[in-house]
Amino acid sequence: MSTALDVTPSEMMTVTASRALNNRTTCFVGIGLPSEAANLARLTHAPETVLIYESGTLQTRPVVLPLSIGDGELCETALTTVAVPEMFRYWLQGGRVDVGFLGTAQIDKYANLNTTLIGDYRAPKVRLPGGGGAPEIATNSKEVFVMVKHSRRTFVEAVDFVTTLGFGRDGTARDNVHPETARHLGKGPTRVITDLCVMRPDPETKELIVTELHPGVTREAVVEATGWPVRFADSVGTTPAPSAKEIEVLRALKERTERHHAGEATEQEGAS
Amino acid sequence: MAEFLSLKEAVSRFVNDGATVAMEGFTHLIPFAAGHEVIRQQKRDLTLIRMTPDLIYDQLIGMGCASKLIFSWGGNPGVGSLHRLRDAVEKHYPVPLTIVEHSHAAMACAYEAGAAGLPFAVLRGFIGSDLPKVNDQIKSITCPFTGEELAAVPSIRPDVSIVHAQKADRHGNVLIEGIVGVQKEAVLAATHSIVTVEEVVDELDAGPNACVLPEWAISTISVVPMGAAPSYTHGYYPRDNTFYKRWDAIARDRDTFADWMTQHVLNTDAQGASQ
Repeated sequence: MSTALDVTPSEMMTVTASRALNNRTTCFVGIGLPSEAANLARLTHAPETVLIYESGTLQTRPVVLPLSIGDGELCETALTTVAVPEMFRYWLQGGRVDVGFLGTAQIDKYANLNTTLIGDYRAPKVRLPGGGGAPEIATNSKEVFVMVKHSRRTFVEAVDFVTTLGFGRDGTARDNVHPETARHLGKGPTRVITDLCVMRPDPETKELIVTELHPGVTREAVVEATGWPVRFADSVGTTPAPSAKEIEVLRALKERTERHHAGEATEQEGAS
Repeated sequence: MAEFLSLKEAVSRFVNDGATVAMEGFTHLIPFAAGHEVIRQQKRDLTLIRMTPDLIYDQLIGMGCASKLIFSWGGNPGVGSLHRLRDAVEKHYPVPLTIVEHSHAAMACAYEAGAAGLPFAVLRGFIGSDLPKVNDQIKSITCPFTGEELAAVPSIRPDVSIVHAQKADRHGNVLIEGIVGVQKEAVLAATHSIVTVEEVVDELDAGPNACVLPEWAISTISVVPMGAAPSYTHGYYPRDNTFYKRWDAIARDRDTFADWMTQHVLNTDAQGASQ
């Protein structure tokens, strides 16, 4: 049945990312793609996944995807809403988060993330929004999933700026830290999900290697879209295709979201 | 003791040129009306503090009110860049802007430390990040008990903090509901505070654990209905997501931006009506 589905690369990415979340996992959700995948997980195989957003909304169950990290929808459907200092200090730094789920503008071979700028800090070519919650989400969560579209512009040999730690410039940044830091420092990125493949850090070197290709994607396509000589695992699997149910739920979610934001807009425009 | 003032009077009295100003509200309850009044009064050389500069600081920066920005995420949520902020950082237009960049965790802790009267905040933060290399305000401190190295950032203690809230009672006690962000911390960390509210009511009807700012902890209150639009006020009006999307095109071009500001901010009064 699923073979008959016409699935886009972007849908393939979202479904694969959603499957990475288990039921009852506590997930600190970044806005955009991670939010889409995390909510798909909650609406399919992982109904008890706990989603928390940095606006302080704890265990939220949005009916439509939020445009911003602090949409009213998140607060209205949350178990409770806490202040932002409490969110970062007790719930994140306190070690309550299993998975930090992040997007990024640039990612490198050692899974370091750059959302700060392209070029030099004092004379940037392109100024990006910055770190937000990510620097501490990536170190205080037990592990990190990264979800990002695959392109040479995004997958670079070395990021221009390490906003958020993967494994550091040489892959060793999480090793040999003070024992007290080690007790709190998470494993870091354990998988990177793209619209072409899934990558995981090599257990020894921490370099990202391709472990699964999405159905119909060739090795050449991944090599072409990656800015360093990308390596493949000894045995590269094929990502399981999405089920009809997953695609149906995802499309309904996106349609509902679009209608909601457009509807809101019409009312607002009419009122002003 | 909180004094009820017009927004014009409140801004004129408490926001001086060169002041350090925090306008908070995490996506929710962003004090747009107050920010517009600061623009109309042509305040200059401000140090602006906000975790998420959002459209309101894009406007203040684009109108040349700020010389320094302390922030942790400077984008248009779900849309993309803040073009006026980028123009100031990349091209120094209309005036050069110094940026002091943190993470959300660091700023939240710094507000909390400010409210607590402490000189700095401690967090397990910035591990492996390049941010400490470009922000000399991020330092490290060794735990006297375990020897662990932790991040330290100076507390935030603004000259004036400005927030928006749902309502005040007739004494000036204020209730904030929904996503409460860092507003309580911002107000308590500041020397002076301006609170704008949707309405004044006889009874706040606040639960025992509600986020209430007592009137004796606030400098001044102004009643400004729709004072957070195009962001939102939980229980009053929704976020105008369409406007956030539209802002991208308005702010992208210097002249389009200037025209929009003239028409929608400069040529209006403090209640938002056209003059």
